[in-house]
This record gives sequence, structure tokens and C-alpha cells, in this order.
Amino acid sequence: MLITMQEYPWIVIIILLPLSAAILSFLFPRRVKLLGLLLALSVIAAVAGLAWQVIEHGAQRYAIGGWAAPLGIELYADGLSLLMLMVTALVCLGVSIYSTGYFNRAYFRRSRAIYFWPLWMFLWTALNALFLSSDIFNLYVTLELLGLSAVALVALAGGADALTSAIRYLFVNLLGSLFYLAGVVLLYHRFGSLDIAILSQHIMSQQMAPSPAVWAAAGLISAGLLLKTALFPMHFWLPPAHASAPGPVSALLSALVVKASFYILLRLWLEIFPVESPVPGQLLGVLGSIAIFWGGIQALRQMRLKMLIAYSTVAQIGYLFLAFPLASYIAWKGMFFLLISHALAKTAMFMAAGNILHFGGHDRIKDFDHVVQYQPLTSAAFALAGISIMGLPPSGGFIGKWLLLEAAVNSGQWWLVIIIILGSLLAAAYIFKVIGFAFTQSEMSHQTRKVPVQMQWTALALALAAVLLGLIAPWPLALMDIGLPFGEGGSG
Amino acid sequence: MNNIYLYSIVGAGLFTLGLYALISYRHLLRKILALNIMGSGVFLILVALASGETPDPVPHAMVITGIVVAVSASALALALVLRVQAETGKAELPEESLE
Repeated sequence: MLITMQEYPWIVIIILLPLSAAILSFLFPRRVKLLGLLLALSVIAAVAGLAWQVIEHGAQRYAIGGWAAPLGIELYADGLSLLMLMVTALVCLGVSIYSTGYFNRAYFRRSRAIYFWPLWMFLWTALNALFLSSDIFNLYVTLELLGLSAVALVALAGGADALTSAIRYLFVNLLGSLFYLAGVVLLYHRFGSLDIAILSQHIMSQQMAPSPAVWAAAGLISAGLLLKTALFPMHFWLPPAHASAPGPVSALLSALVVKASFYILLRLWLEIFPVESPVPGQLLGVLGSIAIFWGGIQALRQMRLKMLIAYSTVAQIGYLFLAFPLASYIAWKGMFFLLISHALAKTAMFMAAGNILHFGGHDRIKDFDHVVQYQPLTSAAFALAGISIMGLPPSGGFIGKWLLLEAAVNSGQWWLVIIIILGSLLAAAYIFKVIGFAFTQSEMSHQTRKVPVQMQWTALALALAAVLLGLIAPWPLALMDIGLPFGEGGSG
Repeated sequence: MNNIYLYSIVGAGLFTLGLYALISYRHLLRKILALNIMGSGVFLILVALASGETPDPVPHAMVITGIVVAVSASALALALVLRVQAETGKAELPEESLE
């Protein structure tokens, strides 16, 4: 039977590719680096295939095994999931190249290095499945798969710090998932369906006030996902876990794993939860604002580079929640653009930190010794990623913050304008703190090691991508309209 | 019909008890047990709400999947606890600094 290009099931292949590669990497541990690179390239090809389908024919829906929604589990791809898949593929390509240098036998214990590859591929499988699921129980399963592989990757670093952070991370993940599951149970009890589209229809068609069960479900699901997304004050677990993981793992966690739970929250918030009163949105906005300040101030106070970057993630997550009190078309788009550029910039930043750690054997900011002279590419990568985090033009971070500012001015919520600007100043302060010490000489001299060249170039390439994202902004912004996840343009 | 609500309330009670134990106990093994009790609470609510004149099979499938997830998560947690014990000498999380 001939399958036309339009019907080709790219959506399934995107999930199956990393899954089969993960299993294969157990069988061929010696060829695992090659396998990782091949996987990254083939997933990019598959995502390109899906992108073609989505752009040409609109949002795609796929019933697994031919069983349609009320009974079976459906996969769904619109502009939002497509963009997440693309960013994930780009970051994972970078990670696969970077890790060939990082997990080198000369520097890393072989027994641990071997486990990185399959775990990373399982993580990628879970991410792809999560972005494509349209079934709230399937989302629970992907969340758990994601959490388990992420925890194992953190523990890979070994040592008391990494292990205790890993187990705390595991507890937080399981707790968040259980809250989410409890909410799913209530939604299923109320509507008898798990499919997001069907649930959305049910809730839209009900003209009566939403029942207490729906409110309780919305509360439980949001609480669980906020805990996993590390919104202030539930961020306590993030800095130790992200800072004590191996370099490429920190990059994956900060860039993608935190965004995955946020993505589910965003989808459910937009499509299912009947948000009529402005109070929940305002509450999230206030928590986001506190996160921006708290994360920024804590980042300034940190002595270790990786802890500083991890607190910067706490602050940047705060920005994403500023879209909830605005809840307009422009605000959602700006927030999502900020999410994408943060993913790229934060990957580059953690990779640069990994290079510096590898180079000098430590990441104490005060003891940096002529890092700029010896590591020019790494320093350039850090500075370029910093441009996007601060939100200077023409970077992706600038476009995202600009759209958020526009939405805030349009709706007359001036307090948000002040917070966005002050948050950027704080970001500038902690980034210049690092760059300043990178130029100076340290009192103590220390042993240095050569950093593999692909580690330096990958960090630089991803940082450049984060900055150049601002120049191609119209294209991802147009993609976000496919399937109308944010509603019609100008409706808000 | 009242049994549904009785079981649901018991499930919610288990969930709350587990949450309390997870927060209040410091020993890692107790925390793992607490999470499993919370999970059982959710499963109990699921099964209770599924009963009726015509039992619904979907929640049962969900519970089975949930149990599989809980078993693997507990296995990973126990393996980590052993490593933490070997590395630090005690199966507890370090005292958190409040910042």
C-alpha cells in the first residue's frame, strides 16, 4: 500500500526514533556516540517532515492503532508543539555533539559515561511524546518517564551532592505527578473523557458555571505542574539539581525539562480550564514577578557559576508567568518566544559553564584566571547567551520581552512594565559579574586542561542561534498561529 | 451509591496522610513509603469513582499503568537511597538552608 507524503506518520516516527535508539545503545555500547549523532540528524529530518505537513495542511491528528479519541489515545501536532519539537531537536543536536567531547573516556569514568547516552535518548523520547500527546493521562505517563530519566541523569555525576539533589528532585517530581494525576481523576469523573479536544468541547458547551470538581481539578493540576516548573516559592529543588548535574545534563534540564511541565500547564490553561475570574492569572503573575526578583538577587549572590545560572533559570521562569495576568494574544506569543530563546540561550550558557569547569577544574567565579584569554570561544558563547537572557536587541530574548511589554502597555498593567525592565537590569548585573571575573587574573594559579574543540563550538553555535532568533522572529511567530492555540489574532 | 463517596473520602485521607508524612519525616525510606501511600490514595479514588451500575474499564487501565509507574519510581528511589547511604553514611536529606 502506497502512503502519500501527506499521510506519512512522521508524528509517530518522531517518538519511535529516540526510543529505538535508546534500546540499541544498550546493545552497541561502543558505537553509542555515532548512534547519538545519527539519532539527532534523523529526528531533525522527521521533525522537518512533520513541519511540512503542519505548515501545508494545518494541525495534524493521529489516532494510534486506528483507535480514535474517546476510546484510543490520539497524538496531536499544531504550531505550538511543532516549535517545541524543533527547539528540542536543535538543543539535543547540540547536546549530542557536545557530549562526544564531555563524556570522553580520558576525563569521565567509562561506566558512567555509557549510561548517559541511553538515558538522554529516553529523556528525548519522553519530551517528544509529551509535546505530541493530546490525552491528559498519556501526559501523566510522559511526565513520569521524563522525571525518571532526568533524575537518573542528575545522579550520573556521582558524589554526595549530586545524589542528594537527585533524590530530592525525584521526590518533587513524584509529588508533582501525583497532584497532576489527582486532578486528571476528577476531570475524568466529571466529563468521562481524557482527550484534550473533547474535554475542551465539553467545557465550552456548558453554559452553566463550572462545577467545584472542575475547579478542584484545575487547582490540583496547576499545583502539581507549578511544582515541577519551579515557580517561586516552589523553586527550592531546582538550583541544587541543575547545578550538580553533569554539564550537558544541566543544559537539558534547564532548557527543556522545566519547559515541558510549563507546556502542559499552558495547554490546559488555554484549552480546558474555564478561567473567567482574573484572580488566578493575577496570582501567577505576582508569583512570577517575585520569582524574577528572587532569582535575580540569588543569582547575584552565588559564588559558583553553575548555581548562578540555575538561579537565573528561576528568574527566567518568572517571566513566562507574566503572560497569565495579561492573557492576550500578543502576551502569549511574546511569552512563548521568550521560552524558545531562553531554551537556546540557557543551553549555551550551561555548556559554556561546563567548558570553564572542565578547563580550570572548578567553577568558583572569584577564582577565574584569564578565562577570556585561554577560552575565547567559550567566553564569547557565554556573553552572547547573556545578551539574549538580558534581552538586548537583536536577540530572541529582546523580541519576547518587547512583545510582553507591548501587551502590558496595551492592557494598562504598568506594574508589569516596571517588573520586566527591572528584571532585565538584574540579569545584566549577574551576567556582567561573571564576565568581569573572566577577564581578571586570579591570585591562585591552577592546573588547566584542554577543552575538546567541539565543546567550545557547540556552545558558541547555540548562543549565536539564540541571538539570531531575533532576526528571524516573524517566522516562529507565524508558526504559533497554526491550529490557533492562542486564539484569533487581536481578539484580546 | 454511598460507598463511592466513602471510598473516595478514604482515598483523599490517604493522600493527605501521605503528604503530611512526606513533609514531616526526614528518613528517605519513610518518604518513599509516604509517596506510595499518596499514590494508593489516588488509585482508590479512581477505582471508587469508576464503580456504578455499569463499571467503567478505563480507570482500571489507568490504575494499572499508575501502579507500573509507581513501582519503577520506587525502584529508582530505593537504588538512589542505597547510593546516598553509601556516600554520606545516612539515608537522610541534608538540612536545608533557608535561602
